[in-house]
Amino acid sequence: MVALKELPTRELFGPGHRMCTGCGPAATARITMKALEKPAIIVNATGCLEVASTIYPDTAWKVPWVHTLFENTAAVASGIEASLQAQGRADAVDVIAFGGDGGTFDIGIQALSGALERKHDFTYICYDNEAYMNTGIQRSGATPYGAATTTTPAGSKIPGKLNPKKDLIGICAAHGIEYAATASVAFWNDYISKVRRATAVKGPAVLHVLAPCPLGWRFDTSETIKLAKLAVQTRYFPLYEVENGKYKLSMKVPKPVPLEEFLKPQGRFRHLFAPEFARNLEELKKQVESNWNRIAQLCGEPIVQTQPASG
Amino acid sequence: MSAEESKPGWTSLPIGAVLLTPGSAEQNKTGTWRLKRPVLDAKKCTNCLLCWIYCPEPAIMRGAKTIEFSYDYCKGCGICATECPTKAISMTEET
Amino acid sequence: MAKVVSQKIVGMNGDEAVAFAAKQAKVDVVAAYPITPQTIMVERFSDYVADGEVDTQFVCVESEHSALSACVGSSLAGSRVFTATSSQGLALMHEVLYLASGLRTPIVMAVANRALSAPINIHNDHSDMMGSRDCGWIQIYAENAQEAYDWTLQAFRIAEDHNVSLPVTVNLDGFTISHAMEGVAILEDGEVSKLVGKRQPKYRLDPDNPMTFGALTLPDYYSEFKRQQVDAMDKTPPVIAAVADEFKKVSGRQYSDVSCFNVEDAEAVVICMGSIAGTARTVATRLRQQGKRVGVLKIWQYRPFPTRTIAELLSKVKCTGVIDRAVSFGAPYGALCSDIASTKVQTQIQTRILNVVCGLGGRDVKPTDIEQVFEKALRCADGTPVDTSVSYLGVRQ
Repeated sequence: MVALKELPTRELFGPGHRMCTGCGPAATARITMKALEKPAIIVNATGCLEVASTIYPDTAWKVPWVHTLFENTAAVASGIEASLQAQGRADAVDVIAFGGDGGTFDIGIQALSGALERKHDFTYICYDNEAYMNTGIQRSGATPYGAATTTTPAGSKIPGKLNPKKDLIGICAAHGIEYAATASVAFWNDYISKVRRATAVKGPAVLHVLAPCPLGWRFDTSETIKLAKLAVQTRYFPLYEVENGKYKLSMKVPKPVPLEEFLKPQGRFRHLFAPEFARNLEELKKQVESNWNRIAQLCGEPIVQTQPASG
Repeated sequence: MSAEESKPGWTSLPIGAVLLTPGSAEQNKTGTWRLKRPVLDAKKCTNCLLCWIYCPEPAIMRGAKTIEFSYDYCKGCGICATECPTKAISMTEET
Repeated sequence: MAKVVSQKIVGMNGDEAVAFAAKQAKVDVVAAYPITPQTIMVERFSDYVADGEVDTQFVCVESEHSALSACVGSSLAGSRVFTATSSQGLALMHEVLYLASGLRTPIVMAVANRALSAPINIHNDHSDMMGSRDCGWIQIYAENAQEAYDWTLQAFRIAEDHNVSLPVTVNLDGFTISHAMEGVAILEDGEVSKLVGKRQPKYRLDPDNPMTFGALTLPDYYSEFKRQQVDAMDKTPPVIAAVADEFKKVSGRQYSDVSCFNVEDAEAVVICMGSIAGTARTVATRLRQQGKRVGVLKIWQYRPFPTRTIAELLSKVKCTGVIDRAVSFGAPYGALCSDIASTKVQTQIQTRILNVVCGLGGRDVKPTDIEQVFEKALRCADGTPVDTSVSYLGVRQ
């Protein structure tokens, strides 16, 4: 736990970047920099954060920073870490990789898996805005069931994406790493503790942060943090840690807020409130509950069934 | 000479497009994006700093007793106004 | 002037020779993925690591794309880096090749040249490297294990020179060189250390001096950085020559952009790269004994292409037969012959050009094949009209 006044005032992710107004990933990157306790080298995947923070000759970064390609962030991070080992500086410098859900869940999963298996000493942070936002809001493996994207539009026949979100932390935990956790940009204290916990690990650690996108999710720019909070409070996005395979809930949510309160402000779910897609809305609710129960059970927490099990 | 032609040429630019000045984006005053601007009612501000931590730019500076907006960079998202627990920040139309 | 020390001769195949060179160059990081016929390089290097013979961080990555990506990361962090691949691996890392040259990382990579699928074939030809010839890397072709060893050592100096700062591939024919044992004359560790020195990066990822690498450049800047790469390629030949001179002093072996065999008074010359140059010289020697004025021009330095050198050497040659070991589908000539034809147009030399494609997928290029090329070139030199379209040698109808 840390008090806001204790956080450094220095801005390592500075103003003048061209992230959208109200951008969740921008807030995430900034808070991550506030959490750092050691010098760091940042590796960034192609995507919103990279493209909008470094348009030549502008760079918003005041730390050593590199962007290469879309799918190789974890591999580049592996190489940097190996170089630091060769230089005898690996203990003194943190290697932190940033990738969006696109560059992590999908095209980047191979490189991430390899880096985790080889146990490189680095932290991988996936800022999840639940679609390939930078290229125009196309679906990713992190896009939730029922969400409209430009490649899973809410059509008259098919109401958005019909596959569920990939379990990134489960995949990472299966590599036997010491620490993996979910976080939400709204719960800054929880997130900062998790960044510090992750960077302290001697080996790989993965953080999966929900970072809402006003443009892609279609909500008012002032509600980014509010929605990141509701995502957790409705149990849509559980906050938990996995330490050496042991699951631990970070936030219990005993009385979940109805999911509609999270869904309604977002244009990407609007179609689910049409009568012809009521079935899909129910399915989404079932999936949210069954995912929560799965995590709760892994965490040794009691589960409550209000919905019939997801089909 | 056009704006394009007055930019540095290949013989003077550092190779590989490396940027040697950290934070050079500061020269890009994103405050021009704004449609609404945040205004602080200092009497209501408890200096909790929630607006400061959530600002994506950042365009909020910490002071000893209260915060100050950096209108050079504020894009007017309104997150600060939404998150302020004492409703000390209101969004007004940018003139 | 240092005296050439008598060198130990060690039985090594091309892969082993390259791995040994990387070891002697004291690379900081190797990130590599195995693929036939490069595998012996990574296996031998792994032995060095496991036995503590090197201090290198060896990263067994999960694909070639990640191999070169990790190398880029290490190189930007300031380390001396080496990797190796072949064929499909080179193709898989295609986008990373452009990344490495664009970011000006002085990575050295050995390529055990192997045919590209489909159909899958693990044997030697040049289609892998030719498929990526525009990637902005310096490309050297070795004829044998000795040359592979020698060029790998020189490659570090060439790549890391601040006038260059470009990655280098050292190509060696898969199986023919990679797996064939030769007596390789090796330098002492101390001599190699003096030759290659320590890497002094100009820019690196360092918290003490934060820099941003890999920014987005819009249309207003991209071209300038590509022009810088062109400039670096232009500045490479004198660096290669200077390093070669230093190398000669310590090894007694002289390298350059090309190697000539009886070209000065030749009427017909065969141009080729890699292992078949040896066969070509054997055939040329026999034809010379018959009174035929033939020569062999072997290209070491393929990129940057030694246009001026070749133009001067071919200025009095009546006909040049260019052997390509890869097909450039849909193009009027194979890749190497295209470069020779372009040289002719640009420098206005008069030599007539023939193009032969042979040795695809490891098909043996026999002395009789090369003799056919010489005979055709001699007929062309005499003024006999000869079909100048690409001919495919040794392919069953």
